[in-house]
Amino acid sequence: MMLLLVCVSIAAFFLVSISPVDPLQANVGQAALGSMSQEQIERLNAYWGVGQPPVERFLAWASDFFRGDMGLSLLYRRPVSEVIAVKLANSIWLLAIAWVISGVLGFCLGALAGMKRGTWVDKAIRGYSLVIASTPAFWLALVLLMIFAVWLKLLPVGLSVPIGMEAAGVTLVDRIRHAILPAMTLSITGISNITLHTREKMIDIMESDYVLFAKARGESGWSIFKNHGFRNVILPALTLQFASISEIFGGSVLVEEIFSYPGLGQAAVTAGIGSDVPLLLGITVISAAIVFGGNLIANLLYGIVDPRIRRGGAGL
Amino acid sequence: MRRMNGRQRTVLAFGAALLFLALITIAGQVFAKEAMATDFSRKNLAPCAAYPFGTDWMGRDMFVRTLTGLSMSIRIGLLAAGVSALLALFLGIVSATMGRAVDSIVTWSIDLVMGIPHILLLILISYACGKGFKGVVIGVSLTHWTSLARLIRGEVLQLKEAPYIKVAGRLGLSPWQIARKHMVPHLFPQFLVGLILLFPHAILHEASITFLGFGLSPEQPAIGVILSESMQYLAMGKWWLALFPGLLLVLTVVLFDVAGESLRKLLDPGSAHV
Repeated sequence: MMLLLVCVSIAAFFLVSISPVDPLQANVGQAALGSMSQEQIERLNAYWGVGQPPVERFLAWASDFFRGDMGLSLLYRRPVSEVIAVKLANSIWLLAIAWVISGVLGFCLGALAGMKRGTWVDKAIRGYSLVIASTPAFWLALVLLMIFAVWLKLLPVGLSVPIGMEAAGVTLVDRIRHAILPAMTLSITGISNITLHTREKMIDIMESDYVLFAKARGESGWSIFKNHGFRNVILPALTLQFASISEIFGGSVLVEEIFSYPGLGQAAVTAGIGSDVPLLLGITVISAAIVFGGNLIANLLYGIVDPRIRRGGAGL
Repeated sequence: MRRMNGRQRTVLAFGAALLFLALITIAGQVFAKEAMATDFSRKNLAPCAAYPFGTDWMGRDMFVRTLTGLSMSIRIGLLAAGVSALLALFLGIVSATMGRAVDSIVTWSIDLVMGIPHILLLILISYACGKGFKGVVIGVSLTHWTSLARLIRGEVLQLKEAPYIKVAGRLGLSPWQIARKHMVPHLFPQFLVGLILLFPHAILHEASITFLGFGLSPEQPAIGVILSESMQYLAMGKWWLALFPGLLLVLTVVLFDVAGESLRKLLDPGSAHV
């Protein structure tokens, strides 16, 4: 796990160091560069770290990182750890809400479809999941924005707080109102995987002998689900949901960009476009840590659900 | 009309999906010139009979623009998914046959690639390639091989225990010969289905990364560029700029999915009854 994180940081560092993008060109602009003196350009070069050998830079960066110093964000001009902390605090709510809603809703829909296999309910749920799986999150975000913010004017267009208001004046209601659309988009797109998975598990269970026996005893519908289905289906669904953190995070990058929600995803895009290498690296490592954490929990849960996997040494 | 059986219906679905996708790709190529043409006498038209998708603020016909953009996306998707699938086939076979050390390296790199959120990795690779067409293709190719590689690795591990492979080994064939002569033909159907099912992901990620501004240059009519431009005009009520190109993109992705699933049913009838 730690080793994987180290590898992620090496890979990420390798990728940014072979980049031909000149940070000066990207941020200062051709015209401004032309009018600067050689001395100024050299100072800027030193600031953006141009011209140093990559291995040396990596070692310097990694040893600082290890001590908790992630360097200075070049665009925000604040320590990377501070920037990430602020952005993560914004994002984590969004991610958590979307993660829980998509998990619960997906589980319920999947279980329902599995119980009612072959009926129109099943067909509708399955069709919905297949279409949603093919729908890009950013387009769905645009459509929702169009409907709720532009036509119905029910919800604000973007940002996590109202524009032009002091930080102290922002109420919880404001924050919630601004998070509804992004969270809704992420929840809707996150559903399909878990729905289809739960449905298949549920179908397996409905065909098992113990459900047949339960039916013969006169149990039906809800009581079969409560007594026999739920416990068998919830754990695989949970593990799948823990393993899908990477997906939700990826979706949040797009969704935050569209709603100009000041979270980690938007910071990643800004850092990528603006060549803010320290921030980009910091975000990569942090998000990889979150994803690995989710995968680790998923692996442990697999072991709990299925002892056969435990014996084989779960994944890691 | 006579009722068709399941297999015939599947063949029909597969053929129709492929035909439609080919039509979009070719039409996009044919209209490539018109997609760039501006005409300020027909600015900001809502959808009508002459312009089914409306026109934008520079009087460009959104219908041909969308077709060209999608055709570009499909071609990038084909290229990237092809590279990705070949990579997966190679790594999957190598990891399962070349011994423990190679295996752990490959599974290790699968974990590594899966650990970084997809979009973030795409941003990093695109940044490494200096943003632009090359970055998108390389990025999408390098990020999509993981799950297929895992699948093929599992399959090969099973195959290795099969009697005919063991016999081939006893007869003195080298691991490489066994892989090429006995394993690849067996894996081919799965590989083909995996390849087609990679397209939807490849296209979606291509569109996303272009949408974020890391991909193709703004004047190119790519589907991501079209949608990100439309975002600025959304608040002014120009809903058709975003709605129709997006719908057609969803349709394309669904069709690739249909094609892949139908092919799976045709090649492996056992899986049809799920």
